[in-house]
Amino acid sequence: MKQVQFSRREAMVLGAGAATVTLLGGVTGALAATATDDAINAFTGGATPSEGKITLGAPEIAENGNTVPIDVSVESAMTDDDHVESVLVLADGNPNPGVATFHFTPMSGDATAATRIRLASTQNVVAVAKMKDGSVYMAKREVKVTIGGCGG
Amino acid sequence: MMKKTVGLGVAASVVLAGGLAVAELREGYVYFEPSSEEHPLDEIISGREFRDDATRALQEDDFENPGFLSLEEGEELWSTVDGSENKSCESCHGDVAEGMAGVGSTYPKLMAQGGKTTLTNIENQINTCRTERMGAEAYKYDKPQLTGLTVLIKNVDRGEPVNVSTEGDYESWFKKGEELYYTRVGQLDMSCAHCHEEHYGEYIRADHLSQGQTNGFPTYRFKWQGMGSLHRRFSGCMKNIRGVPYAKGSDEFLALELYTAWRGQGLPVETPSVRN
Amino acid sequence: MAKVKPRVKVPKKAAAGDIVTIKTLISHPMESGQRKDKKTGELIPRKIINSFTAEFNGAKFFSADIDPAVSANPYMQFSLKVPESGEVKFTWVDDEGSV
Ligand code: HEC
Ligand code: HEC
Repeated sequence: MKQVQFSRREAMVLGAGAATVTLLGGVTGALAATATDDAINAFTGGATPSEGKITLGAPEIAENGNTVPIDVSVESAMTDDDHVESVLVLADGNPNPGVATFHFTPMSGDATAATRIRLASTQNVVAVAKMKDGSVYMAKREVKVTIGGCGG
Repeated sequence: MMKKTVGLGVAASVVLAGGLAVAELREGYVYFEPSSEEHPLDEIISGREFRDDATRALQEDDFENPGFLSLEEGEELWSTVDGSENKSCESCHGDVAEGMAGVGSTYPKLMAQGGKTTLTNIENQINTCRTERMGAEAYKYDKPQLTGLTVLIKNVDRGEPVNVSTEGDYESWFKKGEELYYTRVGQLDMSCAHCHEEHYGEYIRADHLSQGQTNGFPTYRFKWQGMGSLHRRFSGCMKNIRGVPYAKGSDEFLALELYTAWRGQGLPVETPSVRN
Repeated sequence: MAKVKPRVKVPKKAAAGDIVTIKTLISHPMESGQRKDKKTGELIPRKIINSFTAEFNGAKFFSADIDPAVSANPYMQFSLKVPESGEVKFTWVDDEGSV
């Protein structure tokens, strides 16, 4: 399995490595500085996600971060040649940003999925869709988390 | 007769909280008329009304509501033979929907237990049947089996109004429960009434305070990431005011259960409810 | 450990070519590995459902890789374009390899 999560330290090491490459190769662009960006890069193989096609649903405010309903759906014909292969869901403020990766097939009929997730605090939920042709799309949504403070 | 009424949202709830509360009950919240003139509240409101859309939606969906996982565990146990008498609950009580109709909404009740009559809730009653009639061991409080059976039995009465007895032999229990409700405890020197009577509708550390009603228990709670009994909630509330909670299943908590049930007399049973 | 028992909602009937919504819920603590035991102060070992697969007549049509950030009692909702009559099979795998 591909490692898509990095501890802070590993992420920094990786960031430094990337920086070296950048200098030597003279390539410009943002460095993968956070675990979330790293996870996205690992998923997309470096392709930059575009906006659109993917919709991410999540409540604006969640009463408790332990159970936050989310759903994703991606516009696609879902044919053999043209379909959504997978959708990566990340929570950029969790100690580990990984949440889940959904894998679809033409037999899915449509690329929609819903689940319930844990959010440690107010943060962005990010969903990245990878299509059969390699193109990638991203959506992001902030969820404010009000953690139950009292009452056992 | 109690009447189901639809509240008018923010404006109405500010009035009911004596003008003090930063009330944010959503428009169209449901409240019930108090059961008697002596009732300390003007409106009886289920804890459900204080939860947000997503939490309420989860409770309302009998498939997605995780409390039904617990109910299904109870269903399986209902017909499972256990103990030296080779009996299941079903052997004596038959189909749960028939055998337990009108039970969950009327507890706690005075029942025979260990040769005397005492106040009993569903959890304790289940254990009485197990130890005295099945030759089986009592379940520990809040073990999934006990919670599952309790959810199953209470759910039979879902939608029925809470209807506990408080008179006659019940009166001493009721008075004891009332006293506990208004007694200040813990380092914070607070009583249940401080939060659930005087300040419901307000926010306390980002949590929307309800009237502390009991009609949804056992409940699936996000914080617990699972089910919990009413006595677990009582216990948590007492710990939060840095008090030493009574034991789950104790006479104190049973008295409090009777008294708090009466404060919600007329509210529909919601078990299994979903809370934050 | 409590028994793990799934709940599954699949429409009983659909016309060939219809897209149907499928819902699943399974009882599982999804122990994240980051929680501490209140009494001992030690980390409770991670034990989560890490993958979920849905098949129709033996063909995989949806799956998910799952991290500890999915809530206890995992819920999954997804779709199936029904090609013919048949059977849907679901598999949950947790860290100990059990279903
Ligand atoms: C410091 C404030 C505070 C005190 C004092 C307090 N509670 Fe609570 N209680 C809460 C909060 C906060 C909640 C969770 C939000 C809500 O439902 O009100 C809660 C929830 C509850 C609930 C669950 C309501 C539902 O619908 O799920 C019950 C029942 C309850 N409390 C009973 C009690 C009892 C009985 C006492 C006295 C022993 C008590 N509480 C004391 C703050 C308090
Ligand atoms: C051997 C027969 C027997 C078995 C087995 C049995 N019970 Fe009972 N149960 C009784 C009797 C008799 C009563 C009524 C006691 C009374 O009225 O004083 C009762 C009462 C109850 C009540 C209260 C009903 C009411 O109307 O208030 C509940 C709840 C209950 N049982 C649950 C259970 C559960 C759950 C099980 C299985 C774990 C179980 N019982 C197994 C005989 C049995």
